[in-house]
Amino acid sequence: MPKQKKVNFEKIYLAAVLAFIYVPMLLVIVYSFNESKLSTVWGGFSLDWYKKLFSNRELGAAFKNSLIVAFSSSVLAAVIGTSGALGFRKYTGAVNSAAEKLAVFPLMMPEIITGLVFLLIFSAVNIKFGLLTLVIAHTSFCVPYVFMVVKGSLSQLDDSGAEAARDLGASPARAFFDVTLPSIFPSVMSGTLLSFAMSLDDVVISFFVTGAKTNTLPIKIYSQLKVGVTPEINALCTVIFAVTLVVVALYLGIGKSRGQRR
Amino acid sequence: MKKSILPLLPMYLFTLLLVIAPLLYLIVISFMEKGEVWGVDSAFTLANYARIAEPAYLNTILFSLGMSAAVTAATAAVGYPFGLFMSRLKSDRAKSVLMTLVILPFWTNALVRIYGFIILLRGNGLLYKLLHLLGYGGDSIAFLYTPQAVAFGMIYALLPFMILSVYSSCERLDRSVPEAARDLGAGKIKTFLTVTLPLTADGLISGITLVFIPSMGLFFISDLMGGGKVVILGNLIKNQLLTSRDFPFGAALSVVMLALMVVCLAVTGRMGKRRKHESEAKN
Repeated sequence: MPKQKKVNFEKIYLAAVLAFIYVPMLLVIVYSFNESKLSTVWGGFSLDWYKKLFSNRELGAAFKNSLIVAFSSSVLAAVIGTSGALGFRKYTGAVNSAAEKLAVFPLMMPEIITGLVFLLIFSAVNIKFGLLTLVIAHTSFCVPYVFMVVKGSLSQLDDSGAEAARDLGASPARAFFDVTLPSIFPSVMSGTLLSFAMSLDDVVISFFVTGAKTNTLPIKIYSQLKVGVTPEINALCTVIFAVTLVVVALYLGIGKSRGQRR
Repeated sequence: MKKSILPLLPMYLFTLLLVIAPLLYLIVISFMEKGEVWGVDSAFTLANYARIAEPAYLNTILFSLGMSAAVTAATAAVGYPFGLFMSRLKSDRAKSVLMTLVILPFWTNALVRIYGFIILLRGNGLLYKLLHLLGYGGDSIAFLYTPQAVAFGMIYALLPFMILSVYSSCERLDRSVPEAARDLGAGKIKTFLTVTLPLTADGLISGITLVFIPSMGLFFISDLMGGGKVVILGNLIKNQLLTSRDFPFGAALSVVMLALMVVCLAVTGRMGKRRKHESEAKN
């Protein structure tokens, strides 16, 4: 039975590494329900920190800002990225590969450089730092995600439907909205959800382009962690987990229905 | 079909105007003098680059490179077996569950995850108690606020990138090739080193770039887990911009970081290319 043993070792290894990844996250969730103020002692189950969290105006405002930025930049990125992927399809050879490199370039840059570059450019043109600058910066790194996901689905798309519609006299716009868009819509949604999560997740770039009075959640958490932690942070982090889980579930749900239709 | 450039425009204008042009602006600024109060003077200077060569900055950059190298080696050592073992699972269902579990942290806020890791490591925290129970310990074990803690934090944050990248190339590996090597009498270790590893090296190489490059910039991990005592390149850049307000020097440091990134991409790109030639020559 030596083979059996080997398989078990591999499974134990997989489980151990997953534990390394998940134990810290589970700790946050467990402590968010801890009655005691000390995060090292278990004082019984309680929802107090959630009550405190939802009555905390500052955190509420930061959460709202984060959602506004994530929503606006993912929708903007969906429009820009999808149109980019559609236009991209018409080119081949050198133009095509140059265009692709340019499109995914923002993802290659280290986040800190992207953040710094935006800080410099926004100071140079003298825009007020705040929600607008956050949305612009977030859109820049969301566009490549939408582009890649939509490009992938376009490459598998059979274009004869749209061509037939055109032959039958539909305008290009009509052919696009009635035929092409519905068939790529799931991938547009997937790209948008991915962008939404990436925007909600971003610390480094936001750090540079946010205004003195505009906090997003990660910025708020960062500054709280630097001065000392209140257990509300546990509750807040758990809420963020929950939001992420919902987004991932939607994403996977879309992927599944796409898979079934094929 | 008529080729219309119109749909392409928004994306490329956006990328050109907001990413490429500012990047050039960054390079230009790095050759300028700092303004009296704010911003930059347009006088040309090499002083910013000369300053980087000062021992204080040079040592920090070298330390940061060493830290990134160690973090990259460790994530490869942990992540490669994970990706390989995951691809060897027999059930597709188990694979997709595992895949979801690996992707989930990638979608989750990095700060939130790092915060959980801090709770685990902190004095009197879970790890401390566990070690105490096992009889290790004394009061003076400090996990947090050391360079090691920062390295662990980075490994923790970047591991999913390595795993995903290795897994995708292991999944493409034709299992019959290493099996053939085994049937022809090669030992397990020899099979791994001469067949499996070279055939899955692209995943490992792209994982290395995905870990090495960002690790130089993750200033929030060194801030939070190093307690302000551990300074990496990312902290240097951030401090120049947000504390000292010295844009030109910050820009020069960023140009150094970009240069390191280009070197890293060139080295890994060449490794990938050479492997391709070798395998083509063999066929």
